[in-house]
Amino acid sequence: MTLTRTDSGGEASLAPRVRVPAIRGRTLIAASAVIAALLAAIPLAYLVVRVAEADRSAVVDAMWRPRTLELLLNTSGLVLSVSATCLVIGVATAWVLTRTDLRGRGVWLVVSTLPLAIPSYVAAFGWIATTPLRGFWGAWLVLTFCNIPLVTLPTIAALRQAHPGAEDVARTMGRGPLAAFMAATWPQIRPAAIAGTLLVALYVLSDFGAVALMRFQAFTWAIHTAYGALFDRTLAAVLSVVLALMGILLVMLERRARGARAKLGSAVQARTPAVLVRLRRRSWLAHAGLAAVASLSLGVPLAALGRFLTGRAESAFTVSAGDLAADVWNTVAFAGGGALIALALAMPIGILSARHRSRLSEATESASYLGLALPGIVVGLALVFFSLTVVPSLYQSAIILAFAYGVLFLPKAVGAVRSSIEQVEPGLEEVARTLGSSPADVWRRVTVRMAWPGIGAGVLLVALTAMKELPATLLLRPTGVDTLATSLWRYTEASAYGAAAPYAAMLIVVAAVPAILLTREATGGAHRGPQEHPGRVSP
Amino acid sequence: MNELQIRKIVAGYDGAPVLSGVSFNVSHGELAAVLGPSGSGKSTLLRVIAGLVRPLEGAVVLDGHVLSGPRVNVAPEKRSVALVPQDAALFPHLDVLANASFGLPRAERGGARARDLLEMVGMSDLAHRMPGELSGGERHRVALARALATDPQVVLLDEPFSALDAALRIELRAQVKRVLCNAGVTALLVTHDQEEALSMADVVAVVDGGRLVQVGTPVQIYASPSSRWLAKFVGGAMVIPGIWRRGIVAGPLGTVPARLADGELALDGDSVDLVVRPEQLQVSKLSQNSTSGVVAMVREVSYFGHDSVVVLDVPGWAEPIEARVIGDHRWERDTEVHVNVMSEAIAFAASP
Repeated sequence: MTLTRTDSGGEASLAPRVRVPAIRGRTLIAASAVIAALLAAIPLAYLVVRVAEADRSAVVDAMWRPRTLELLLNTSGLVLSVSATCLVIGVATAWVLTRTDLRGRGVWLVVSTLPLAIPSYVAAFGWIATTPLRGFWGAWLVLTFCNIPLVTLPTIAALRQAHPGAEDVARTMGRGPLAAFMAATWPQIRPAAIAGTLLVALYVLSDFGAVALMRFQAFTWAIHTAYGALFDRTLAAVLSVVLALMGILLVMLERRARGARAKLGSAVQARTPAVLVRLRRRSWLAHAGLAAVASLSLGVPLAALGRFLTGRAESAFTVSAGDLAADVWNTVAFAGGGALIALALAMPIGILSARHRSRLSEATESASYLGLALPGIVVGLALVFFSLTVVPSLYQSAIILAFAYGVLFLPKAVGAVRSSIEQVEPGLEEVARTLGSSPADVWRRVTVRMAWPGIGAGVLLVALTAMKELPATLLLRPTGVDTLATSLWRYTEASAYGAAAPYAAMLIVVAAVPAILLTREATGGAHRGPQEHPGRVSP
Repeated sequence: MNELQIRKIVAGYDGAPVLSGVSFNVSHGELAAVLGPSGSGKSTLLRVIAGLVRPLEGAVVLDGHVLSGPRVNVAPEKRSVALVPQDAALFPHLDVLANASFGLPRAERGGARARDLLEMVGMSDLAHRMPGELSGGERHRVALARALATDPQVVLLDEPFSALDAALRIELRAQVKRVLCNAGVTALLVTHDQEEALSMADVVAVVDGGRLVQVGTPVQIYASPSSRWLAKFVGGAMVIPGIWRRGIVAGPLGTVPARLADGELALDGDSVDLVVRPEQLQVSKLSQNSTSGVVAMVREVSYFGHDSVVVLDVPGWAEPIEARVIGDHRWERDTEVHVNVMSEAIAFAASP
């Protein structure tokens, strides 16, 4: 068995004096990342410019009138009350599902994550179509029961990793069950629960559909009214800046909580499985509680949907299959375009932060997080101003709407690109170089081949999430063109619930896929690591 | 001129030099080992030769062509230098055959050459397995086939056996040596395992702290170490003080025949450091009468089956003395024994 050496006599040109072109490639990526970050910052930057250019006294008036304070209090009150309720119910649910011997825990786990598949404005549609509930309590109810899973899922993951031994030790030292839980287990799951709660707060802050349908005077609805009904653009811009600052604050808090969680997760390893609490005759209480939560989060919206889907169409509005198909096509086209723009912006930012960590990569990655901090209504309004003054030809065009989606869902796309590229070990690329592949060949034959499934899934997720987007779509869609979300909105506003129902059903189908992915990601937390970002659920 | 020349390589990351002036040559077809403790810069040297790190100074020359130099840095893919990384680094999205074919032109991928090489490393039966389905040893054999497929002039092996268990390591060492020999390729093996370096290589270059300590054949490295550090690092030698007098050193081990290491000078009556390896010591029962050697106390015995290491206390020297002894006799703790040096030891002039 000898190796037949292919004659390499003609290989004398071994050393064509070529310099490694890595530096040039890196500069190109860095430059593209900076451009992408600048594009992602357009909405916020232009909003600030718009306010700075406005008449100083008008800005001061808008800022200091009593109504702004009232909106601030309304929104803060809603954010705080929904977050607090979600925290309590979410942690309790997580505990019951992981630390008790409740029968049917697997089924209850699925049921308790299903609300993620119901966009908040679809749930709001269900409630106002069947009950007289409106105002603060209506908004509180809808947003709470849509967002509980955002606390439940990370808390379950943390509970599964938490060390149960500490709680046993606390019990042997004379603490009761609750005191032992608070002293030993709660500190281990707190970062996860808090991070989930801050995400809830962020979604409540940016929610437009539910508060508007419930006629609750929150910032988002006030911005929409100021722009759409009052034509007071300075007021709308000023309110948007305030809302944007609140969003940025919440994102910064969420980042910090997430960091604390990552630190804890690596230190704590569950060696022994927790001993399950035996509920015995108290188990019916647990069943009743979970059933009550499920009926409020799923039961009412789905029952309303069922009633209007099967019942006779009661009004002048009827939806033909053709209308529905046209809206589906628009939705898919806009969202698909948005996902491609998000991908184009995310590629350089993601590659830079996966491969060439530096201040620059951190700065461009932070800029991409603006999409998470800025509510859809703010991005929509900013791009309305931007397109009207800077590029009037793009005003209410499909391009500017897709761009808004691209900015809003950029964090998700950057996360997918970065984690997919990070998964390709640099050692593999180096080996490929020594085997005779140029940097471009290595990129094509190794890096892209290994990273594309993750990136593709991320793009799909962005597209599905963008399909549910409401506030920015309302402001930016081309005149006379509707998507599933805007049609649902129009019919519900006009109290044509029968016509709205098919759209609501379609939207639930669309939202189910990201919800399932998020559930798998969050409860399988040990494998995927805590750094994966949960999806943006409510628009 | 058919050789790989490493000339005064200085290299480092972010200003901190990892290598400061390493030079040696490897003749065509030879297997050279770069031996050093972890953090000695040996992996960086490999990356410099592969073209993955550009040296700050010095040159890498292959058969008269400068690969790395002050004004030249040939890209890794143009060097004809193949790499077998520590973790094998098979492409996880490609099967065994596609991995072995990676470096071949498109038309030849999956063809006879890749299959021949898989045959040579004994992996032809698993040609369509994915890397995730292979054991550690199988991965390294595929990585070797992949490196050889491009018909490189030099193959670099970065601690290729360190992740494997002992039995597999020995089997794979012999197999890799045979494959490299058949291929007639120049190879450079980086390792921190002295056994591996001594048993596999034609030439051993010992590196420590970014500097070259000694280059030579395995016999030269072991029998004529150039420094006390090297004697301790390769073969676990003990350094014991003594007084030099005409080829005999008197010290805690009694009177020991010795020769001066290369380049060392000592006059009669000078203090020297005696370098003694554990296998040079003979342990015997007290009753036997002997002219040289001393009485020692057995402090500990580690039994390995084929041999034992006896740790001894000798009068006049605080540090433990290790003796590697063959034979069936079981040495008991806390008994007195006789110990003497069987063969010539090496002496270094004591540092002033």
